[in-house]
Amino acid sequence: MGNRVVVTGMGVVSPNGIGIPAFLHAIQNGISGIKFMPHYRELNFSCQVAGMPDFKWKELTNYISEVTLHGLKGTNIAYGLMAALDAWKDSGMDYETDEPRWETGCVFGNSIADTEAMKNVINRVDNKEVKKLGSRVVEQAMNSGVTSYISGRLGFGNKVLTNSAACATGTQAILMGYEYIKHGYAKRMLVGSAEHVDTYVFGAFDSMRVLSRKFNDTPEKASRPMSATAGGFIPGSGAGALVLEDMDFALARGAKIYAEVLGGSTNSGGQRLGGTMTAASSAGVLRCINESLASSNINPNQIDLISGHLTATNADRQEIQNWCDALDRRGDNFPMTNSLKSMIGHSLSAAGSIETVASILQIVHGFVHPNINMDDPNPEITKLVSVDSLPVKMIKKEVNIVAKANFGFGDVNSCLILSKFN
Amino acid sequence: MTRQEILNELKKVISPYTTNKEMLAQINEDTDLLKDLKINSANLVDIIIDAEAKYDIEIDYDEADKMMNVGSCIDVISEKIGQKQQ
Repeated sequence: MGNRVVVTGMGVVSPNGIGIPAFLHAIQNGISGIKFMPHYRELNFSCQVAGMPDFKWKELTNYISEVTLHGLKGTNIAYGLMAALDAWKDSGMDYETDEPRWETGCVFGNSIADTEAMKNVINRVDNKEVKKLGSRVVEQAMNSGVTSYISGRLGFGNKVLTNSAACATGTQAILMGYEYIKHGYAKRMLVGSAEHVDTYVFGAFDSMRVLSRKFNDTPEKASRPMSATAGGFIPGSGAGALVLEDMDFALARGAKIYAEVLGGSTNSGGQRLGGTMTAASSAGVLRCINESLASSNINPNQIDLISGHLTATNADRQEIQNWCDALDRRGDNFPMTNSLKSMIGHSLSAAGSIETVASILQIVHGFVHPNINMDDPNPEITKLVSVDSLPVKMIKKEVNIVAKANFGFGDVNSCLILSKFN
Repeated sequence: MTRQEILNELKKVISPYTTNKEMLAQINEDTDLLKDLKINSANLVDIIIDAEAKYDIEIDYDEADKMMNVGSCIDVISEKIGQKQQ
C-alpha cells in the first residue's frame, strides 16, 4: 500500500491571479488573464494575445536576498521561486534553516530556459565579449535552474530533481513527489512546475498554426476550449507549487491538510497506434487514466470532476471521447468537466501544476469553476456528453474526487487522482 | 584617483554582491571579500566585470586572481588606471 500522501501547502503565479486568494477569486468568478500583447502585433504574429501574470520583480525581495535577485534574469525561475516559497509558507514552515532538511526534497519541472534572457548571452558571445557574461548565466540556463534556486533557498537535502515532459510536466512532477513519499524515500516534497513562454517559444508555436488567431481584439474571449469556434490555444505563463507530505508526518506537526493525492500514472503512447510527436495516442491516454484509477483504488463512478487538458484545439473532441471510453461514462452520466485554460491559456509545463492547485481549491471550497467562452459548445462534443456536464457558470457543489490529466508533445501523459481528505 | 577614492567607489561596486551592508560600510584595505563580506566566490567574477566597466579598464585572469581583499583590489585597479593615463 505505501504511505498516504497529503497536500499541506499551495502557491500559484497565474495570469489571472498571483497568490492563492487572488487565484481563488479569479477561478470562482471566471476572470480571464488573457491580454493583448502589442509587441506580438509588431512581430507579425498571428496570435497576439497571451496569458501573462501581473508579476512584479521587486516583490521577489520578500523571498530571496538582494544578492540573489541581482543578476536573476530567468523569468521562469522567478515565477517558480515565488510559487514554491508561497506554498512553503502556506504549509506553515519557515524559510530559514541552518541545517539541510534531509527529509524534504523537490521535483520541479519546466520546458526551456528563458530564451529572451539567453539572447543577451548569445549576443555577447557573438560580439566576442564572452568575458562579460559573468557568473550567473549557467545556473539560469541549466534545466535544473528552477529546482536549484528553490532548493537552495529552503535547504532541501532529499531528492532534488527537474522533470520535463512538455505539457504533462506539471502533473508528472506532482506524481513523482507523491511516489517518493508513498514509498518512504522522503517525508516531504515540494513539487510543481514553471513556464515563461517568451517571444521565441511563442513564435515557434505561432508558426505551427496551432494558436488562436481570430480573437486578437477580444483577448478574454480568445481561449475557447470545447467551443465550436475554438481555433487553437493561447500560450500562458506562470507557475504552480504544492507541498506534499507523508500523512502521519503532517498530522504529527499539526499541519493543515488541503487534500489527499490518491494515486496517478504517467506513461507514453509510444508514438504508435495514432500517437505522434504532437498527437496523443488514445490507447496510451486510456491506459494512463485506467492505471490512475487502479493505483488510487477507486472506480470511475466516484469521479466528481475532470480537470481536463482541453487546450482549445481540435484535439478537444478526441480527449472527451477518451475520457468517455476510459471511464465508460457518457451522455448524462459524464462527470463535470472543466478547462482552466479557458481563463489563463495553456501554460505548457506550468499547466499541470496550476490546474492541480485549481482542482484542490475546488475540492476545499466545494465548487466547479466555469468554462468561460463555451457559449457555443462544439456539437461534436455534446454528441458525446451532456452539455450540463460542461458548466459555463460556477457551480457550488461538493467535490470529493478529481481526475486531473495532461497530455504533451512526445505522446506523454500524466494523470492524478485527488481527493478530499478524510 | 587616490586609494581612498578608489575604496569609496569600490564599495558601490561590491554592494550588490554582499548582504553584509554594515561590514561593507566599514571596509578597509585588509577586509577579505570572501571571509569578511561573505561574498560567494563565484561572484568575484561579477565584481571584476563591474569594476572593468566602471573604470573602463581591462583586468586579465592572472591579475583577477590577486583580488581577494580590498587592498589588492585597489592595487590592481590603480595600476590599470595608471596605465590607461600613460
